[in-house]
Amino acid sequence: MDKPEVKRQESDVALATASETVADFNPHRSGVAHRLQHALHMNPAIVPMIVLLLSILLFGALLGSKFFSPFALTLILQQVQIVGIVAAAQSLIILTAGIDLSVGAIMVISSVVMGQFTFRYGIPVPVSILAGLMCGTFFGWVSGVLVSKVKLPPFIVTLGMWQIVLATNFLYSANETIRAQDIETHAPLLQLFGEKFNIGGAVFTVGVVFMVALVLVLTYALRHTAWGRHVYAVGDDKEAAALSGVKTDRVLISVYMLSGLICAFAGWALIGRIGSVSPTAGQLTNIESITAVVIGGISLFGGRGSILGTLFGALIVGVFTLGLRLLGADAQWTYLLIGVLIIGAVAVDQWIRKVSV
Amino acid sequence: MTTTKTRIAALMAATALASTTMVGTAMADDHTTSACLITKTETNPFFVKMREGANAKAEELGIELKSFAGRIDGDHKTQVQAIETCIADGADGILLTASDTSAIVSAVQQARDAGILVIALDTPLDPIDAADATFATDNFRAGELIGTWAAGRLGDEAENARIGLLNVNVSQPAVGVLRNQGFLEGFGIDLGDPNKWGDETDSRIVGQDISDGNEEGGREGMENLLVEDPMINVVYTINEPAAAGAYQALKSMGRENEVLVVSVDGSCSGVANVRDGVIGATAQQYPLRMASLGIEAIKTWADEGIKPEPTPGKDFFDTGVSLVTDQPVDNVDSISVAEGMQRCWG
Repeated sequence: MDKPEVKRQESDVALATASETVADFNPHRSGVAHRLQHALHMNPAIVPMIVLLLSILLFGALLGSKFFSPFALTLILQQVQIVGIVAAAQSLIILTAGIDLSVGAIMVISSVVMGQFTFRYGIPVPVSILAGLMCGTFFGWVSGVLVSKVKLPPFIVTLGMWQIVLATNFLYSANETIRAQDIETHAPLLQLFGEKFNIGGAVFTVGVVFMVALVLVLTYALRHTAWGRHVYAVGDDKEAAALSGVKTDRVLISVYMLSGLICAFAGWALIGRIGSVSPTAGQLTNIESITAVVIGGISLFGGRGSILGTLFGALIVGVFTLGLRLLGADAQWTYLLIGVLIIGAVAVDQWIRKVSV
Repeated sequence: MTTTKTRIAALMAATALASTTMVGTAMADDHTTSACLITKTETNPFFVKMREGANAKAEELGIELKSFAGRIDGDHKTQVQAIETCIADGADGILLTASDTSAIVSAVQQARDAGILVIALDTPLDPIDAADATFATDNFRAGELIGTWAAGRLGDEAENARIGLLNVNVSQPAVGVLRNQGFLEGFGIDLGDPNKWGDETDSRIVGQDISDGNEEGGREGMENLLVEDPMINVVYTINEPAAAGAYQALKSMGRENEVLVVSVDGSCSGVANVRDGVIGATAQQYPLRMASLGIEAIKTWADEGIKPEPTPGKDFFDTGVSLVTDQPVDNVDSISVAEGMQRCWG
């Protein structure tokens, strides 16, 4: 087992001196590689950040202003916003050594609830949105209780939840799409996250701003609040956390509920992005969110990694997708390279773990 | 709910029948005609409508109908299981919308060997004669209609068109290729190999991208095409959800009124989008008709042993396609949005 995350967080400030001390401890492992390894251990978001910058530079060099423009670069932000938001929720779950396969389904049913409540029952839009957000939180709560109280493995719980939620979604909506034009005239608030504004050729949407703000807030909460430390502690070693007084069940339930709520927000953002409410949307979001988390350097074994890395992970996928399409490459190359990135990211994670601090 | 029930019933029947072949023979001697409908998914409105059409006709003719579907588009395994269940059940005929047009062929052959009439609906098998008959839209014709309309709408400007194409996915399924190539032919562009898209050399084509046939994919594909050339003014889309997504991308760049978007399907929300100016014209197909004709053919086969004939000059039975638009163009037959609304599905 690794050192508890709490310690790692506290020693952030002492980064420079710490690495020297380590070299003294173990003369066989001194040198550039080891110091790098140590620095990466301290800041798990560094690797995905470097990969992101390198990939932007690479495609920028190959494609020039077509890619390296405010327009194209902010387009990538728009294209990854949904996955980015969902991946933030996924990060929380994975930090507790869990996994959530139902995130995409919860996102879609939340958006369907928002749309159907408004158009089928004529409920005022803000109330419908609230109902959608509560719907997401509710499914998260169910998963959380099953994982913490009934002690079922998260993989199983969310595998089941995925199918239950998706089936409910199709049965409830009768797979009817609510058209963008109808939403635009009768319930523009549903499309709020699609509202855009220009800053010098760069186009931002409310959804993009929400994604970035969400990641920053979660980063702060995870680093500087008791709750955040408990999340890391539960993920690193649940027994140890319980013995040291952390109410692990409550932490787990709160994480799953928060994750459900974030997914519901993603559902709202989804309406803004595609304009309409479509029950068939987001079928692969669970896999895409796990991909972003893994490339972003969060350990699937729990308790290690930063949510900022997840944002970089999602952006890396976005950069590769747009960059390769602009190069005229067959879309299969994107999948192939993302596969390589996933395996590479886990390999790097394992290498960093070997550091003996 | 009824589907679940019938499915459970079918499953139980299949399990029971599998144990003793004798029961199977006994069932085959049963006088009531029975048919199976196997679609790609249970959720796509196109297939929902198909099932409604089949159910209504089956009830009218006193045929016992069981419906099956894959879980998702491309779920080939569940479809094979469904065919096996229908064989065990002693069905007289199967209506099939294949998820994988060539991989399903051996299962279809087993069914035909068992004396079952197999009709491919909407999607021809590969090879097309692997099924006894195919009841489908002429997808090439559907594409041709929207292509000719788009060229006619642009008039002389068609020479300088900037065209973006949004297909289904990279695997180039036959339906997608036919619509795409039909569109290009109709627009007046030289096709390379008509069996695949993307090999044309005409400089008016800006690019081809994919949409997965849904809103999200349509938006992302359109954004990618617009990065390649922001001045695209003609957009072909594989279906109406993709067109709705593409429109969102165009709208976010403020170009929605300068671009001609064309599509295929004729669903009710798609036709409403033609009315609202989101889509310029769409080619409407008729799933209800495919299914009800299919049930009739099974009845004829069960009663008289006669197989359905293809439309003269084609290797399938053409269930028709109409161009829906309120901006008609000379030399292209079209129906109005009002008429399209009356005939729409979903």
